[in-house]
Amino acid sequence: MKRSRWGLMAGAAALAALVLGAYQVRASDPVLIAVTAIVDHPALNAVRDGVRDELEAEGYQGDGLNFVYESAQGNPSTAAQIARKFVGENPAVIVPISTPSAQAVVAATQDIPVVFTAVTDPLDAKLVSNMQKPGGNVTGMSDLAPVGKQLALIREILPNAKTIGMPYNPGEANGVALMNLAKKEGAALGFTVIEAPAVKSSDVMTAAQSLIGKVDAIYVSTDNQIVSAFASVVKVGVDNQIPVFAGDTDSVSRGAIAAIGFDYYDVGRQTGKIVVRVLKGEKPGDIAVQGVDTVQLFVNPGAAKAMGVTIPDAVMQRAKQVVQ
Amino acid sequence: MSLVAFLGAIEIGLVFGLVGLGVFLSFRVLNFPDLTVDGSFPLGAAVSGTIIVAGGNAYLATAIAILAGCLAGLVTAALNLRFRILHLLASILTMIALYSINLRIMGKPNLAILNEATVLTPFQGLGLSNLYLRPIYAGVVTLIVALLLVRFLASDMGLAMRATGANPRMARAQGIDTAAMTYLGMAISNGLVALAGALFAQMNGFADVALGTGTIVVGLAAVIVGEAIIGTRSVMLWVLGCVIGSVVYRIAVGLALNSSALGLNASDLNLVTAVLVAIALILPGARNPLRTLLAGRNATGKSPS
Repeated sequence: MKRSRWGLMAGAAALAALVLGAYQVRASDPVLIAVTAIVDHPALNAVRDGVRDELEAEGYQGDGLNFVYESAQGNPSTAAQIARKFVGENPAVIVPISTPSAQAVVAATQDIPVVFTAVTDPLDAKLVSNMQKPGGNVTGMSDLAPVGKQLALIREILPNAKTIGMPYNPGEANGVALMNLAKKEGAALGFTVIEAPAVKSSDVMTAAQSLIGKVDAIYVSTDNQIVSAFASVVKVGVDNQIPVFAGDTDSVSRGAIAAIGFDYYDVGRQTGKIVVRVLKGEKPGDIAVQGVDTVQLFVNPGAAKAMGVTIPDAVMQRAKQVVQ
Repeated sequence: MSLVAFLGAIEIGLVFGLVGLGVFLSFRVLNFPDLTVDGSFPLGAAVSGTIIVAGGNAYLATAIAILAGCLAGLVTAALNLRFRILHLLASILTMIALYSINLRIMGKPNLAILNEATVLTPFQGLGLSNLYLRPIYAGVVTLIVALLLVRFLASDMGLAMRATGANPRMARAQGIDTAAMTYLGMAISNGLVALAGALFAQMNGFADVALGTGTIVVGLAAVIVGEAIIGTRSVMLWVLGCVIGSVVYRIAVGLALNSSALGLNASDLNLVTAVLVAIALILPGARNPLRTLLAGRNATGKSPS
């Protein structure tokens, strides 16, 4: 009994040493930028790298920049704890990537400047109450995809199409928001959008198959779940001669016919520009919440041929990149 | 770890202490491994959040969230007792059903509760900053619930419940309605977990359908770390151990978040947390080789670690 108590106390002492050690390691001078994301994911990591590169390009580098990053590894309660940790370190700016991370940070501080990013709908997430003049300590940018432009592209390539099938994940805020937007924007272009819900990656194939015979085209938005299983959608498209379009340019090399989209690295660079404005003294509450500036058109004529479609010359000529 | 991070860890640990108490009741008292909690935690968040956003009173919303959690526990118990589905499978069925139900309740995967009147609002005018108010509030609620649970487990009904988990055949022979005890215990257990979910959502500004990820792991860690540190000599210590275990778990996560000082990456978080919890489990073990080694070093005056 006595021995086990000694072990326990020794353990406690070791933990205490670790706490104090971590506390003292903190340097004082460089600009501290604290970045957090809900999960490690190629797009979110690209945002993080974009933010850092933009800061470095603006001269915040080397000993002048203390860039810290934490991932909640998919766990929202860890996201809340990361938010408290960052607030305790009093950084110059906190950059939360994704909706739950941003909400946790905004709930944790009313003083430290927050520049959120990769949040689809900042109003619905209650991060800001006004996109033009957010007020308080919060601003940032939305990664809402240019759904209208994407559907218009489908209209241009398929002038006679009436119905569009849209696989999406009902468990992802992003996927649901894009679904609703596609229905609204699609109606304006004369499209009927048919839902194909897939909760797990393994459901994506079934969801795509449910559209066979019902739709003139399949449109995959920037829904993480569906994009991760994009190959199965392409297979359904090729086997059944249904043209497949994407909302992100990366998916064009994975078999989509075409996409107008943005690169998440550019989202990071644009976020970094807002962070720099805050560092130079602007109040976050005075900076309007931004959408993504840079969109590009990628086309894949090979995929178009495999799905029985020809891409019009006008579209080919506008393409930023032609994937072979 | 800074003061803010430390208080944050205490606060979140105390809120998850309620999960620890719920898991203690199902896993230890009733001997019922219950994965429903991965669904009933976000259920509590979803129900309370939806009512609050619709303009309802936060306390009423939290009470309804607890009832919703109780209902989820009853469903799992019914699947197991009435329909003879293995308890682990019954609880998994309820858990995955709750994913869809939570989406229905919120109407979307993520519900913001920022800038709404929550259970904390009545206390915010007392001149105490949120930094201290939140952990104190979580501590008071969790302590009251823990003491009520101790009191309950010492009552006739509580003893009947303990007998049900310890030896159901003997309990039935003594005239105990073991089915009724299981229903009641599962309802209380998931009600507590839903209360934790409701408090977490209100204190952190959001309810999310992914909120339940790993709740059972955190609950089990709380129970087992508590047992390892505090022991099981009396029901009082055992129950309080669950709360302390939960706080220790959160401090471990907090330390893991500071592990960059040790040259580790953000992606190592789960691994570091697991190692720290494992250390908490290993250290008090009497006949453990590592502990004996550490104790031997201690005797020569050298520091362990």
